[in-house]
This record gives sequence, C-alpha cells and structure tokens, in this order.
Amino acid sequence: MAETNHNHYAAKDFKSDQEVRWCPGCGDHGILASLQKTLAELDIPKEKYVFVSGIGCSSRLPYYMSTYGFHSIHGRAAAIATGIKIANPELMVWEMTGDGDALAIGGNHYIHAIRRNIDIKIILFNNEIYGLTKGQYSPTSKKGLTTKTSPYGTIEEPFKVGELTIGANGRFFARTVDYNLQLSNEVYKEAAKFHGTAVVEVIQNCVIFNDGTHDAFTSKENRDDNTITLRHGEKMIFGKNRDKGIILKDLKLKVVKIGENGITEKDILTHDAHEPNPGIHYRLAGMSLPEYPVALGVIRAINAQTYDAAMIEQHERVQARSKIRTVDELLRSGSTWEVK
Amino acid sequence: MGKRSKVIEKDAVVIRFSGDSGDGMQLTGTLFSNTSALFGHDISTFPDYPAEIRAPQGTVGGVSGFQVHIGHKLINTPGDFTDILVAMNPAAIRANSRWLRKGSTIIYDSDNFTEKSIQRAGYKADPFTEDKLDSMNLIAAPITTLVKEALKDMEIDPKTVLRTKNMFALGMVYWLFNSKLKYTEDFIEEKFGKKPLVAEANSKVLRAGYYYGETIEALTPSYRVSPAPIKKGTYRNINGNQATAWGVLAAAEKAGLKLFIGSYPITPATGVLEELAQRKDMGVKSLQAEDEIAGICTSIGASFAGRLAVTSTSGPGLALKSEALNLAVMTELPLVVIDVQRGGPSTGLPTKTEQADLWQALFGRNGESPVPVIAAGTPSDCFRFGFEAAKIAVEHMTPVILLTDSYLANGSEPWKIPSTNDLPPITVPYAVKTDKEFLAYERDPETLARKWAIPGTPGLEHRVGGLEKTIKGSVSYTPENHEYMVKVRDEKVERIVREVPNLKVHGRKSGDLLVIGWGSSYGHITTAVAELQEEGYSVSAAVFNYIRPLPKNTAKVFAGFDKLVVCELNTGQFANYLRMKHQKYTYNQYNKIQGLPFTVKEIKDYCIKLLKGKKNG
Repeated sequence: MAETNHNHYAAKDFKSDQEVRWCPGCGDHGILASLQKTLAELDIPKEKYVFVSGIGCSSRLPYYMSTYGFHSIHGRAAAIATGIKIANPELMVWEMTGDGDALAIGGNHYIHAIRRNIDIKIILFNNEIYGLTKGQYSPTSKKGLTTKTSPYGTIEEPFKVGELTIGANGRFFARTVDYNLQLSNEVYKEAAKFHGTAVVEVIQNCVIFNDGTHDAFTSKENRDDNTITLRHGEKMIFGKNRDKGIILKDLKLKVVKIGENGITEKDILTHDAHEPNPGIHYRLAGMSLPEYPVALGVIRAINAQTYDAAMIEQHERVQARSKIRTVDELLRSGSTWEVK
Repeated sequence: MGKRSKVIEKDAVVIRFSGDSGDGMQLTGTLFSNTSALFGHDISTFPDYPAEIRAPQGTVGGVSGFQVHIGHKLINTPGDFTDILVAMNPAAIRANSRWLRKGSTIIYDSDNFTEKSIQRAGYKADPFTEDKLDSMNLIAAPITTLVKEALKDMEIDPKTVLRTKNMFALGMVYWLFNSKLKYTEDFIEEKFGKKPLVAEANSKVLRAGYYYGETIEALTPSYRVSPAPIKKGTYRNINGNQATAWGVLAAAEKAGLKLFIGSYPITPATGVLEELAQRKDMGVKSLQAEDEIAGICTSIGASFAGRLAVTSTSGPGLALKSEALNLAVMTELPLVVIDVQRGGPSTGLPTKTEQADLWQALFGRNGESPVPVIAAGTPSDCFRFGFEAAKIAVEHMTPVILLTDSYLANGSEPWKIPSTNDLPPITVPYAVKTDKEFLAYERDPETLARKWAIPGTPGLEHRVGGLEKTIKGSVSYTPENHEYMVKVRDEKVERIVREVPNLKVHGRKSGDLLVIGWGSSYGHITTAVAELQEEGYSVSAAVFNYIRPLPKNTAKVFAGFDKLVVCELNTGQFANYLRMKHQKYTYNQYNKIQGLPFTVKEIKDYCIKLLKGKKNG
C-alpha cells in the first residue's frame, strides 16, 4: 500500500447515518473515533472495507461505519470474515469483537482464523465483562470477580488475550487502550498494513458493569508507571521518569531501575517485533501487575504467507496442470461410454 | 474362453458383494457395476457399510456390502432380493441370508468357513443348514488357498497376497456373466501404476478367478443379461454426492458466479466437499472449516462477498448450522445447504439411510424462518436439484435446503451426460448504483427478492445483520415493521411456487390409490406402482421433489384418487406436513425406520392390502 492518500477522506466520511447507541462514557466511542481516523489516513477506497462483527456491545460498531458491514451472530464473526476474505481477497476485512464474543462462544473460530493466518484485522474490545446482557463474567474476567452469575466470585482462571493469540500461532498481536487515540491510531495502521491475521486487543472500559477494572494501569496516575509502550527497535524503557526498563534474566523478564545495581540503558532489552520465535513475545504479552507493567503497542508482527494468498497460489498451480475449465469438460472427464 | 454348458437369459439380476469391512467389497462392487454399465446394462447400486472403518473381523456388525442391480430392462432400484451373493466369510451369510431370492447362487470363500469364524458369525455349526440355504446353488471356492497358489512365484508379502482375494471373487463373477476384464485391468493398472508388482498380482488373481469359474463350469449355470434399451448418447456412472457437487458447479457457471464451499467432514455428506475441493481448476474455493458452524458461516460470508456459496452436511451438522441458517434467512443472502440425510436422532446410524430430517429442514429454527426445501429422487437427479437449489437461492435471494440421503449419496447409476446449453439460465439480481440512495431491503415487485450488492462496488455500501431491519437496512424494533418483514420473507418463499413444475403423476390421473412419496423413494415407489399397474391394479404414483413450496397442482392430483398413501423412511413427517397443507384429504401412511431403503415388494404388499386386493373394474 502506498503512503499517499489519493482518496482524501476525512474521519467523518466513515460515519454512517445511524445514531451511536453506546452508553455515555463507554470506551467504544473512542475506538470508533480512532478507527474512523485510521481509515481516513489509509490509501484504500471506501468500498473495499468490510466491517464484520458478532454479538455484543462491540459488535454494534459496523452499524456506525458507512462502509460495507455485516453484524452477524454470537461468536461467528471470524468465520464470516474468513468467508468474505477468501471470496474476495481484494477486500480489507475488519472484525469487531469482544472478550465474550471472540473467546467464549467464538473461541474455536478465533484460534482457527489465527492459525490459518487469514488476512483479517481483529479488533478485540476487552472489558472483562458481558455488557449487552448486563453484567456477567467473561473468559477474561479477573479470578474472583463478583458478577450477577458469580455472586460469590468467579473460580475460573482468565485467558490473557495475547497469550492465547500467540499460542494459536498468531503472527500479529498489539495492544492499546480505548482512550489513547494516538496509540490506537498508530496500532490500527500497523494492523492494516500487516498481511495476515492481525489481532489488536483494546483495553476497554465498561462504565456500567465493570467500571475501572483496568484502572491499575490505565488511570491517569498509574498509566506511566504501570504500562510500557513497545516499539520495534526501541529500548523497553518506561515509567514517569523513563527510568525503568526490562531485562532478560534467568530466562525470565525482569523489571529493573536504570542506574541502580549497575544497570545502564545498554542492558535494557530492545524490542524486536519481527523475531519469529514467539517466546519473548509471549512473555511480553503476558506481563501483568504487580510484577510487570502491561505492554502496549505492537508486540509481535511476523510476516508469513496468508491463507488467502496461499489459496490463490494453489489455484494457479492446479490450473496450470489441469485441462478442465468448464462444466461440460468436467462432465465428460474420466470414464464415459457411448450408447449408439 | 471355454464353451458354456448352461446359460440363463435374464432381464435383471441382483448381485451382492459382501465381506469384512477390510475385504475391499465396495471397490469390487464398483468395478463390477462400471463393467456392466460399459456393456450397456442399466444399473443401480447400493453400498451398505458399517460406520466403523475396521469393525471386529468376522462379526456381522463388520459386514460391508455392495449391491448392484443390472438389467436389460430399465432399473430404478438396487433390487429387493439378491440373485448372486459373494460371501467372503460366514458373517456375510448371516447378514444377507434373509435377502436371498429362492434359488440364488452363493459364492463363498470356503477357507474362511472355519469353526471359529462360523461361531464368530453366531452360527453353531453349519450356516447353510441353520439359515435353510441348502437348496441354494452353493459354490464353495477355497479363495484364500487359490490366491496364495496363484501368487506363489511372486515376491510379494503375504498381506498383499491376501488383499487380492476380492479380485478372485470378482473374476469368478465376471465368468458367471461372461464379462470382459478389460475395464478392471485398466483400473488396476492405473491404481497401482507405481507398484507394478501389486498391479500384476491383482490382475493375475482376477484372471485366476475367471479361469476358476471356467474350470468349475459344470457345477453352475452362467447368466446372460442383454444390454438395456437406453437412449443414445454419452454416458457415465455417477453417484449422488458427485452429482450434487456438479449440479451446484453447473449453476455457478450458468450464473457467471464463482463457487465457494465451506464444510466440515460428516458421513455421508463428505463426498460433496471432497468433490468440490478437487475443482480448483475451475476456480472453486473450498474450505474445510473448524466445525459445522464455521462451514456455514464462511459460506454466508462468501455469499455476502458475491460468490455462489454452498455448505454440505448431514442431520447432526444441520442442527449445528441452524442458527447461522437463520442469519442467511434474515440477511436474505443466497446459500445452498445440502443435507445428506442419515439415520438419526443424534449420531444415530451414520452410514444408513433415512428421510427423517424433513421436519428439521422445514421447521428446525427459531422464529418465523421460511426456507425453500427441495429433495432429489435418484443419484443422477442430484445434479438437476443441485442446480435447481442454487438457481432458486440466487434468483430469490434466500438460503435453500437440498435434501438427499445416504442411499442417493453412495448409490450410483449410469447417467446420460447433459449439455450445459440445455440448462435454464440463472439471472443474478445484482444491485446497480443509481442516483437514488441504495436501500438494502428494497424488493423486486414480482419475486420480492432484494438486490445483491457486492462489497467492492462503489456507492452500494450497506450493512446487513441478524437484527430486524427496515427496508433501508437500519435496525428496527418497530412492531409493525417486524410483522411486515416476517410476512414478506414468508411471501417471498411462497412465490417460488410460480417456478415449481407441476407434480407428475406416474399412471392414470385418477384411480383407486395414489402412492405418494418424496425424494429418494422415487425408484422403489415408481417400480412398485408400475408392477401393480401391470398386475391390473388401479394405482398411480406421485413423488415430490419440491417440498416447500409444494407444487401448485398438488390438491388437484390428490383429488383424483379414492385413497392416498404416503410412503417415507420416517414415522410420517411428510404425511403430517401434507395434513397441515392440504387438510381435506385422508392420508394413509407406510413408514419404515430401519436405516434401509424400501423394498419394492413391501410397498406393493401394503398397497394390495389397502386395496383389499381389488383390481381394475
């Protein structure tokens, strides 16, 4: 994709005429805004975009985009998006989903889309709760969370989106926060440019049913010290005073203070998003409080052949070999006989 | 090759190859069928095999059979009773003895009739006495010994030697029919081309079997079945799954669309996916999905993106697909759902046939969910109805369910190859950009179908989804809008009746009894009725292919008869559907739920009972 924008879109060109019905203060508003801004900055004609979703608050997003859109059924967005992309690889297919939609009812489609490396962009809104059904725990809810269906607290271990994605052989994983429009814009653009399944986990706040669940690293007072924004080729340094960093010690990640115990900036790891071995990315994606900051930005981006491209290549190979092109030729292929 | 002592001229003969599921009986039967078809016989086949790939050796549960009916007359069923049984072990006798015609010939591998294997099949001592088969024409051939003998000079392992036993049996049957070996030899050469020793062994054993037949000639008469009076043209053998796949492929070509199939393997439907997966040369994109739901959902996605989309499954898979099928109903996207029915409920009888998914197809979804349902009648008919399902789906912007079943899917028959020029055109209702705003649910005034706006087309950007919509495509919970949309979706499907051909009556348009069926009972019902007519009964037949909507002339056809009987392989699903749709008639029922097709005889017997034996006049 060229860097120049021939289409001269503005973000508002991607707004549909539908009234946005998310709750006031919902993180989804920010996600919608930064996506519309991203599309305006990409050099792709509007008719090439398809927004696909499942069921849940996040899945209403396609209605608010003026592109082609498909609001499907619970959990199935990845499968529908896969069909669309295979049918017409020229389309840029975005899947809007949530932690319940993608990881509970749609878990199977989610891992298989990633495994196949079909070229779709999955934006996973993670608010660790079921919002549309009014507050039940999800596969990412923190263990012990009290909800309407876990009145005594959950006894389940949650999934970490990054670990699951990389575990399913994910080639692209990034994380951003709903209100951080600049980082979101940056990450969505990277996802758009990536060839293959690109998963972006958006840390999203549900103001009604799980308000503040991410505050430990997203609130104004916590975010600098409790998150680290990773950028390829840059040192893993974070903190209000940019004095903390990450090193690898005894095969484990470790948070260190620069200037203490002889640690200098040179000792700090440099982020390599393109390293094929998923080990370090898995660990970075899995970092959580209190031991570690939460990693944001593009954690992993590995180029590999996409499913849709492999299919085209295989078709060309078979077509070069086979003489059958039409149904009449097919019907007369193999063993036939004449009755006179 | 030697002169024959006694040749029996026959109009039709039924042969059944039967053995352990590892004995290669399906291949043997197929080779014999193809040889017969090439000679000019009309044929109908019925593979009957267990769900287990290798069930315990020598048990009745592990018996795999392949029945073929060949004839000088036109053949519409694989035959009720067997004239010639090839039994590779005692279990094969046990499984088939009740289906043997009086005076049948049984060729069996006497080496396999040891005390142990006889007991394994559930006999005490002698299968033939115990099942009262003594008067049959029994041909004991020590096949295992003879095969070992025939290949003793070849350097091949004992396992491969034993695997050629089926070729010996096949050679013997070829001798019985004075058939040519060429087709089978060519097949062997092609299949084992890379293993010349194995090819040679199989050919050698095939000929050894043939010569053995010649040697024991004095013991048994041979048969002659003259070629059938078949229409001129180019023919091929085709089974139901292949025909279904090719039918939808023909529709895609006719409509100028590319085909997509998203499916998950399931017996007995997998053949459809396998067939289309091969057709990358024709641009078919196929995806073996992670589950049944993904099968249909990828297809719905492909349909949204402008491909002719198909998903194939069997009953349990259709159950899993039903939520997504409703999404296609709601978004009004063309989609062909092929249900190759098998015995249910649950896992049921995976390899056996049944017509018990009719209600699931018609009613098995939440909400008001109108879906056209059609059913194919014979294996080659699957081509026509695969085409028809796709034509209806595209022209009316709706999912369509095509019902076939295990009997059609695996059964094969010679098929006069049609020319695609003779197939009707398919008009795709594409949306076109105009000055006016594009409304996603604006309808054709005649068909009520909405337009298909393909992503990638500038100016037609729109949203679809499972939520109720207005004509514009916006979400709407307005009470009146919902009622309107429910009714209009229903009316859209009902209007397909305008293109449904009239129900055909086999026989006179009035009489004492009309035998009604649907789908795959076609062959057995029409054969039974033709025989009854010949015997002087006032009986006609009508076999439905269009279930929803029913043909326009349905009531008119029913009105011509004193009695109606609905024959189907379930407890009466179609009969009850007819009671709902055409209430003023009384429907007798003849039902069978044994995982097997009807026999001609049982249909006839029931009809004669209903008629109290009364003939014409």
